Amino acid sequence: MHVFLCDFLLDIAQNSLEADSTLVQILISETPESIRFRIEDNGKGMSEETQKKVTDPFYTDGVKHKKRKVGLGLPFVIQTGKDFSLNSSLGKGTVVQFSFDLTDIDVPPLGDLPSTILAIFSGAPDDCDVVVTREISSTHGDSGYKVSRSSLIEALGELRTAGSQNLARQYLDGLEEDLKPYFSEHVFRIPE
Amino acid sequence: MAKITLEELRKLRQKKQDDLQKRDIAGKDCQIIVGMGTCGIAAGAKVVLDAFLKELDAEKIENVAVTQTGCMGLCYVEPTVEVVVPGMPDTIYGRVDADVARKIVKDHIVGKKLITDHIYDRPSVDIMKNGGK
Repeated sequence: MHVFLCDFLLDIAQNSLEADSTLVQILISETPESIRFRIEDNGKGMSEETQKKVTDPFYTDGVKHKKRKVGLGLPFVIQTGKDFSLNSSLGKGTVVQFSFDLTDIDVPPLGDLPSTILAIFSGAPDDCDVVVTREISSTHGDSGYKVSRSSLIEALGELRTAGSQNLARQYLDGLEEDLKPYFSEHVFRIPE
Repeated sequence: MAKITLEELRKLRQKKQDDLQKRDIAGKDCQIIVGMGTCGIAAGAKVVLDAFLKELDAEKIENVAVTQTGCMGLCYVEPTVEVVVPGMPDTIYGRVDADVARKIVKDHIVGKKLITDHIYDRPSVDIMKNGGK
C-alpha cells in the first residue's frame, strides 16, 4: 500500500506515460474535505473488455513482465480512495479519476507534491507533454497554478540531469509555497 | 523559499552551465535509474529519488542523468536502483533507502567503489553477498 496520496498519483500517471501518449493532463483539486485527481491521456486506451479486468489485482496483460501476475496500481486506488472512475476508448486515450476523503483518519497524508510532479515530468518520454493543474479552495479563498513539462524543458534545456531536476524542483516548490495561505487544517471525523 | 519565475529559472540554468564548462567534474556520463513500478513506489522509491537529487545537489554534481524505469522484476528487494558509471560494472542495488542513496552517490559515483551489501543483480554473482538472495 502507498504511504502518501502523491504515490497514488505517481503510480497512475506512470500508466499514462507508458501508453504512447503525447499529452497527459493532470488535475489536482483540493478542498478542506477532499482531494480529487484526474489523469487524462491521449494514449493507446483500453478495450471495454480490458477495462472490466484492470480493477482485478490479479490481472496483468503479461506483456511487460512475463512472470509477474499482479497489477496493483488501480486496486490500491480503489481500496483507499472514493468516486473512482475509468473511461477509456481504444486508440483515443484514457481518463482516470479518483478522490480521497481528507476527513477520514485512515487516508494517508498528501506527501510531497512538487517532487511528485517532478518525478512525473522527468519520467515522461521525450515526445510526451504533461500539464499539471493544481487547484485549491478553502475558507481563505481560491488559488492554484498550472505548469507544463514543455515549459520547464524550454527554460532548462532538458530534465534528464540532476542539475536541471534540482532547479525544476526549486521552481515547483515555489509554486506550491504560494498556496500555503490557502491550506486548511483537516478536521477528522470520529468513526462511529 | 522564494518563488522563482521561468525567466529566472532560465538564467539560473545558464549560470550553472557556464560554471560546468569551467571545470571537469565527477558524474560525466553516469546514470542512476530508479525502479518506479507500483512495487517500487509502495516501498518508497520516490523518497529514494528525492534523496539522490538532494545528495547530488549537496555534492554539486550536476550532470548525472537521473531517470526512471518500471518494475525490474526484483519486487522483493524494492526500492531498486541501477547505477551505470563508465569504467565500472552496471550494478543493480536493492533495498535502497535514503541513506543507501546517499552512500551510492558518495561511494559509487564519487568514490568508484561498489556497495556490496545492497547488490542484487548485474555484476558477477561472487561479488553479491548471499548470491543476491
